[in-house]
Amino acid sequence: MNPKDLKYAKSHEWVRVEGDTCLVGLTRFAVDQLTDITYIELPKAGEKVTSGEGMGEVESVKAVSDIYAPLDGEVVAVNEGLAVDASLVSRDPYGEGWLVRIRPSQTGALDHLMNADEYTKQTEGA
Amino acid sequence: MVDFAGTQLPVQFASIVQEHQAVRFGMGWFDVSHMGRFRLTGPDAGRWLDALLTCRLADLPAGKVRYSLVCRQDGGILDDVLVYNLGESPGEWALVVNASNRSKIHDWFLANQGTWQAKLEDQTSQTAMVAVQGPEAVALAAQLFDRDVATLPNYGCFQAHFDKSKVLVSRTGYTGEDGWEVCLPEGRGMSFIERLAEAGVVACGLGARDTLRLEASMPLYGHELTNAIDPYQAGLGRSVDLEKEFIGRDALLRRRGRSDLPVRVGLAGSGKRAARENDLLVDGNGLEVGRVTSGTMSPTLGHPVAMAFVQPDRSTPGLSLSAMVRGRPEPYTVVKMPFYRRIVR
Repeated sequence: MNPKDLKYAKSHEWVRVEGDTCLVGLTRFAVDQLTDITYIELPKAGEKVTSGEGMGEVESVKAVSDIYAPLDGEVVAVNEGLAVDASLVSRDPYGEGWLVRIRPSQTGALDHLMNADEYTKQTEGA
Repeated sequence: MVDFAGTQLPVQFASIVQEHQAVRFGMGWFDVSHMGRFRLTGPDAGRWLDALLTCRLADLPAGKVRYSLVCRQDGGILDDVLVYNLGESPGEWALVVNASNRSKIHDWFLANQGTWQAKLEDQTSQTAMVAVQGPEAVALAAQLFDRDVATLPNYGCFQAHFDKSKVLVSRTGYTGEDGWEVCLPEGRGMSFIERLAEAGVVACGLGARDTLRLEASMPLYGHELTNAIDPYQAGLGRSVDLEKEFIGRDALLRRRGRSDLPVRVGLAGSGKRAARENDLLVDGNGLEVGRVTSGTMSPTLGHPVAMAFVQPDRSTPGLSLSAMVRGRPEPYTVVKMPFYRRIVR
């Protein structure tokens, strides 16, 4: 279900630490709740993002929701494939449907994130 | 689940788009039991309705249904309704009203009964109502009722039986697709829905109901219709018969020719972000010209669609406008409604 090697934000983003950058995406729970995703807006490479603040939005047929930055840092890459086909995020949220790559601004900036078990517990309580 | 006029209703069962496409290409069912259902019976029932509804009733034969508005004295819309002539002697009519307006319309009728000899009964909580919509819906009805829905014209109705229970079936709906709606007696709703599920009819929620009615440009009370809007502004003048007496007629005679009131338009978007209710519309100079009342990404057309109220001089099809969607403009064009029209086979 939720991969064990990822860290999770309360606002349903996941973080995978890869060397000195982090890959960020939306969780399976989030995309299942949203359903019918039609458009994803992301920050541009070079933009600074702040943990807990909006960095983009995901639009479904039903509604529009904010995407929050799960950590402080600078966006170094954006998944360009989502501009062509936003439904990638629903089909493969932990793989091809990743959102952005962020270079963290300081060490230890991931302490507030949950592990897979904690996150699963949060979504089951929802 | 969301609260809809006091009833807990699902926005979707699985996916709005899947439910939407089921109705466009196959069939889907909607629980519409939250809609208000009234019966008017008695020798003056027809005259009572005629005095409160904007549409012509004198030429509505037994077994037919008509769309109408109910207006205040000032011409503002209190509700949009379906009225059914059930044709029973000495006069029996059904009225289906919006859930959010149920008690308001009930009270409005009683306050304006005058000396009409008839009684109004609110049967909402003693009945269930289900809509089955889509190109396959009429064929399915043959398995459910003892009368053939295929013989009903568009906006026709009859009493039939589901198993042993007497039901009211009408060839009506709110999706722009062929289909029918049925009123069932208390306690039969669940067994009816089980039969639909066994037949493979897709369960549809409020989300698909909204995208379907939006593509068909059908107004929704509280969005395109309010007591501050008259039928001409809403583009529903065909549902007003100024040749007869009814509450609001004098005001509507004056309002009909006005060219200074905002009017309802259809908008087609060429961007990817869909304008939604309350988004502002601006012209090429950045001047405010109106506001969106409903909007979504159209699953059938693949681009955003919206309905809005704009100044009459900005309502010409072909005109380009921008919708301010969360602070940034999105390109829209005024288009003729409906956005989607079914192919009649």
